[in-house]
Amino acid sequence: MSLVSQSSAVIMMNVRSLPRRFWMSAAMVFASAVVVAILLAFLAMAKGFETTMQSAGSDDVAFFLRVSSAAELNSTVSNEQVNILTNAPGIASNENGPIISPELYVIVDGVKKSSQTKANIPLRGINQQGIALRENFKLTQGRMYSTGTNELIVGQGILDEFAGFELGDEIRSGKNVWTVVGVFTTGGNVFESELWADAKVIQSLYNRGSSYQSVRAKLTSPDQIEPIKAFVENDPRLNQDVQSEKSYFSEQSKGLSYMALFGRVISTIMALGALAGALNTMYTSVSDRAGEIATLRAIGFSHISAFIGTLTEALVLSVIGGILGSIAAFIFFDGLSAATLGGSFTQVVFQFQLTSDLFLQGATMALVIGFISGLFPAWRAARLPVVIAFQNGR
Amino acid sequence: MSEDVLFDLVNVSKKFVKGKEQISIFDGLNMQINKGDFVAIMGPSGSGKTTLLNMLGGVDQPSSGEVSFDNQRIDNLSEGKLAKWRANNIGFIFQFYNLMPMLNAFRNVELPLLLTNMSSKERAQRVQNALKLVGLDDRAKHMPSEMSGGQQQRVAIARAVVSDPKLLLCDEPTGDLDRKTADEILETLQLLNKEFGKTIVMVTHDPSAAKYAKHTLHLDKGEFVLEAK
Repeated sequence: MSLVSQSSAVIMMNVRSLPRRFWMSAAMVFASAVVVAILLAFLAMAKGFETTMQSAGSDDVAFFLRVSSAAELNSTVSNEQVNILTNAPGIASNENGPIISPELYVIVDGVKKSSQTKANIPLRGINQQGIALRENFKLTQGRMYSTGTNELIVGQGILDEFAGFELGDEIRSGKNVWTVVGVFTTGGNVFESELWADAKVIQSLYNRGSSYQSVRAKLTSPDQIEPIKAFVENDPRLNQDVQSEKSYFSEQSKGLSYMALFGRVISTIMALGALAGALNTMYTSVSDRAGEIATLRAIGFSHISAFIGTLTEALVLSVIGGILGSIAAFIFFDGLSAATLGGSFTQVVFQFQLTSDLFLQGATMALVIGFISGLFPAWRAARLPVVIAFQNGR
Repeated sequence: MSEDVLFDLVNVSKKFVKGKEQISIFDGLNMQINKGDFVAIMGPSGSGKTTLLNMLGGVDQPSSGEVSFDNQRIDNLSEGKLAKWRANNIGFIFQFYNLMPMLNAFRNVELPLLLTNMSSKERAQRVQNALKLVGLDDRAKHMPSEMSGGQQQRVAIARAVVSDPKLLLCDEPTGDLDRKTADEILETLQLLNKEFGKTIVMVTHDPSAAKYAKHTLHLDKGEFVLEAK
C-alpha cells in the first residue's frame, strides 16, 4: 500500500513537473512518434500487399502452370492439355459446363499518375468461365467486352493509379489498339491490377496460336486438389504443376515481405537514434529533479519509488509519442494506394493497411524506447545521494 | 544507556577521500542528545555541522563508531531500513524549504503521510491540524510560488511535524529569511519543543537563532563543547 501511494505521488509530481522540461520532453515524444510512424508505414505497406495478393487466391480453385514456371508470364499450356484437364476429377460445373478457365497473360505499357513513369500492366485473356470463377467480380462502369473484338475492361486499381485507362480511352500496345469499355472490381484483390479481354483475341493479336499460359479450375471442394494432382502426375501429356490458387498467391505475396523486414531494420536504427535523445531527456529530468528526489528520500520515500517514478515518466512520454505516431500513420498511410512490382514483373496496385496487430507492434516499439531510455536514468534517480537535499540552492 | 537519551554517538569518526588526500571531519566524537532537548549546533564553515546533521538524520553514515537512536543502532542499517526509520522518526526542515513546487501546501504537507497506511480522510485531518499549528490553515490550496519565504518555511515545518516524529532536524532554518520572519519561525520551533515535546537539533550560523535553543554546541575542526544556557 505504502509503495503504491509513494510511487503514485512520485509519478504525479514527475508528470506535473513536465512543463519545466517542455521542449526536451516534446523532443522525446516527437522522436518516439517518428519511429513508430515509420515502422507502421512499412508494415502497413507490406500488410496491404500481402492482403491484396492473398485475398485473390481461393482454396477451391486449382491453378495449373507449366512445370518449373514460377509465374504465369513464362508458362505455356497447349489447347490439347486444356482439353485433357477439362476431364480431370473434382471440377465443378455450371450451365456452361466444367468451370475451367484457360488464360493468357501478356504485358502492356502504362504510365503511373503519381510519378509519370512507365510500368508493366498485365493484360489477361479470359473467357466467360474465367469470369464466373471470380465470384467477387463486379462490373462497376460501362459494359463487358464483346467477344472477338479489341475491347477490354480495366480493374479499378489500374484506373486509380495509371493514366489513360478511362472509359472510352484507346490504348495502343505495339500495333494493336484496344478500347476501354468497362471498369470492374474484384473486392480489392490483385485482379483489380489487371486489364481483361477476350482470350481468343489475345491469342490472335499476340501470335499465340491456340496456346494459353495458365489454367484455373473451380473444384467441387478444396480437398479435390489431391485427386487432381494425382491425375496430372499420372498423365505424361500433362507437363503441369498444380496447386491451389491460394497457395500460388501466398508464394507470390512473399515478394514484398522484405518490406516488413526493411521497415523493422530502418525503424530499429531510427529507434537507436531516438533512444540517444530520449536518454538525454531522461537524464536531464533526473538532474532537474535531483533536489526534489533527494528531499523525498530524506522524508522517507524509498529508492524504489524514485526508480518507478522516473521509469514511468519515460514510458508515459514514449507512449504519448507512440500514440501520436500511430495516429499520424493512420491519417497519412492507412488506405493509401500504391503500385509496385509483383511476382510476374507487372504492377500490383494495393492499399496500405493498418491493422490492430500492426498498432500493437507500434505500441511495443514505443514501450521498448520508453523502457530502455527510462531504465538507466531511473537507476541514477534511485541511487542519488540523499545529502543533495541539504545542498539544494547552495 | 539512560532512558532519557535519544541520540548516543560513541567514538564516531568520519573521513572523506579527496584525490589522494584523506580528510578527517570527526575523529572519536562522542555526544548524547536527550529527549525533549533543543540543541543548536554552531561553528565555522567546514567545521562538520552539516555532516553531523546528516549522520543524525541517517542520510550519511560514519566511517567508524556507533550512532544509536532511542537505544537502536542506526549506523549499520541498510538504505531501505534507514528510509523507513527516517519516515517514522525524523522531520527535516531545510534552509531553502525544499517544498515540491508542483504541489500546493496541502499536498506538500501530506507527503510524509503517504508513507503510512492512513486513510485519505485521516490524512486530510492531520494535514489541516499541522497547517493550523503553523497558522496557514487558510493557505492549504496555495502553491509555494504564491507564498512568501516565511510562509513556505511554515509549510515545511508543518510537513516535518505532520507524522508526529520524535526529532526535528533543522538545517539553517532561518538562513534565507529576514529577522522578523526568522524570529516567528524560531518561536514556532520553540513552541514545538516546549508544548509538544519535540527534540530539535538545529544547525545555524546565526547566534540570535541559537538563543532560542536550550543548548548550543560549538563545533570546530570536528570537536565541540557543550554550553549550558
